[in-house]
Amino acid sequence: MAFVHTIGSTVYTFPSLRELLARATPLRSGDVLAGLAAQSAEERVAAQFALADVPLAHFLVEQVIPYEEDEVTRLIVDTHDADAFAPVQSFTVGELRDWLLSDEATPERLAALAPGLTPEMAAAVSKLMRVQDLIAAAAKIRVVTRFRSTVGLRGRLSARLQPNHPTDDPAGIAASILDGLLLGSGDAVIGINPAGDNVAVTTHLLRLVDTLRRRFQIPTQSCVLAHITTQMAALEAGAPVDLLFQSIAGSEAANRSFGVNLALVAEAHQAGQSLRRGAVCADGSVGDNILYFETGQGSALSANAHHGVDQQTLEARAYAVARPFRPMLVNTVVGFIGPEYLYDGKQIARAGLEDHFCGKLLGLPMGCDVCYTNHAEADQDDMDALLTLLGAAGVNYIMGVPGADDIMLNYQSTSFHDALYLRRVLGLKPAPEFETWLAGEDFQRLALEARHPERLLPA
Amino acid sequence: MSQILPSSLRSRLRALTPARVGLGRTGVSQQTRDTLDFQCAHAQARDAVHARMETAAMVAAFGQISASPVLRLHSAATDRTVYLQRPDLGRKLDAASRNLLAGFEPGSCGLALVVADGLSALAVERHAVPLLAQLLPQLQDWRLAPLSVVEQGRVAIGDEIGLALGAALAVVFIGERPGLSSPDSLGAYITWQPRPGRTDAERNCISNIRVQGLSYVQAAAQLVFYLTQARRRQLTGVALKDEAPLLREG
Repeated sequence: MAFVHTIGSTVYTFPSLRELLARATPLRSGDVLAGLAAQSAEERVAAQFALADVPLAHFLVEQVIPYEEDEVTRLIVDTHDADAFAPVQSFTVGELRDWLLSDEATPERLAALAPGLTPEMAAAVSKLMRVQDLIAAAAKIRVVTRFRSTVGLRGRLSARLQPNHPTDDPAGIAASILDGLLLGSGDAVIGINPAGDNVAVTTHLLRLVDTLRRRFQIPTQSCVLAHITTQMAALEAGAPVDLLFQSIAGSEAANRSFGVNLALVAEAHQAGQSLRRGAVCADGSVGDNILYFETGQGSALSANAHHGVDQQTLEARAYAVARPFRPMLVNTVVGFIGPEYLYDGKQIARAGLEDHFCGKLLGLPMGCDVCYTNHAEADQDDMDALLTLLGAAGVNYIMGVPGADDIMLNYQSTSFHDALYLRRVLGLKPAPEFETWLAGEDFQRLALEARHPERLLPA
Repeated sequence: MSQILPSSLRSRLRALTPARVGLGRTGVSQQTRDTLDFQCAHAQARDAVHARMETAAMVAAFGQISASPVLRLHSAATDRTVYLQRPDLGRKLDAASRNLLAGFEPGSCGLALVVADGLSALAVERHAVPLLAQLLPQLQDWRLAPLSVVEQGRVAIGDEIGLALGAALAVVFIGERPGLSSPDSLGAYITWQPRPGRTDAERNCISNIRVQGLSYVQAAAQLVFYLTQARRRQLTGVALKDEAPLLREG
């Protein structure tokens, strides 16, 4: 079906929903690289006008990647909840935007709507939203998850402690963990990206964190972000696996390039849940959200698996992959991919806010790795701005990296200090269990014993 | 005002990792010195990304150590801004360079050495000449193609160059993406039967060649190992990588 909009004497025609979505996307280098972006600023607005008039119901009959070719499309179509969709089924995309920003859209109604929206609907409406709209709508939505801590409550901000080391040296990783804990980071997860992907290293690092956690009764969870099959092998060999991690994307082919598919993630989910390592959390329930997903705009194009779909729509489709597994944590690694996908601080900031909004709208516990590489046109000022905007939008968690400098992955993220800054200026607290721990004897004991960090290392 | 960690704790943590651990606080914020240290490292990395390779000087320097001719080439990415946004153009030669290479008889060479600025001209300017000075004497039994110096090039540009020169193997020496603590890291990518369309899985890579990383002697030894193995087994990529640790330990 073709979509048309006329501005002055120019008639703009968009042959398919896929192309309409791409042309309506605010400018970013990845869509230009893919040859999908609007050819002019006016064409972009024409596409946005046309998109605003598309009925949401149309998204149920026209798919951006064919149902027969792609298991992500099949998941989206087959699990669509018509009852949840009913309150908005007569809306156009433009009307959905107005409704989301209206006082009619209460937190309860937004939560109930999530299974009724497809990722393409979420992506479409986000393309019509300015930065303040993305913040205002997302701030109404809370997605709360639990393992040993509770992440995502209103008035709270958590941090993933990311203590990476270029050679996976246990002492070096432990030093960064201590540093982060002393500065109040780590309530979302202590998550290590290993330099090498193997079962022995994964197991060793999991034991290191688990020993520290039990010794000081830290109410948090650990994760070693190796490939999911590596983590499953460690799990089967008896390693103390809390959260299972995997990078995911919005097409079957892109996920294949990551070495995963839906069945494999489901298998991991089942294996992780069977361990029942979650604890009784602040509200009395036992934490059972056990998956951790990372995403990021541009990953499908980078794997040549984008099917002519713009990178922001594909990113929203990655959230559809995450949704059935009730993950503990999902974060976009927004600026990691580089300037050929998100060129500068402006593009990174908008993408981070789009991802956070779309994820929350679809019912996911969104965090964000506020980050950039040295070849992007961005710096710490850009990160401070995005960090603050995400705080206003109610982001569940951010990263805590020593001095914001990840010495293994060679990019800049946010620091332990940045998390403290955001909590202070916005009056936010850590996860309730972690807040209690920071004020208690176990933390005091850690602070004392950390004076000799080398003695804290497991043999 | 400031909450400074006991200096003993800071130094103990720093002794365990090169990460920026043990930073003090003023309020909840980082202190002036630490902020400026970070800004300085970022400034150096940014300067490295945007530095322009002194190509004429590079060509002259290679002429001093290489017996084969030295070619000056340019990718289809006209400048750094285009280069950063269009990786596809950085993998292709511009028309003038293609014409230059068309003058060479294909199928006549064994090994094509390619030097490209990549994401750090600084790395190439600091390390490419001394590394090749170490390597070239060890390549006596190779038929060497002309040495190419490429501006605004990415790794895969070696595929087009290697094919045009009819090389059985290409090595691309290229500036790696600068990290905050490593603005001048050089990488070397080895590709058997280079031709456009080769994937990263079909290459072998030696990275982190710099003063604080892999030395020229070590890097040259690893390159000779890979080149010898690649010629013997007629391939590069994952299958060769499996054997490399034997060399590193030796």
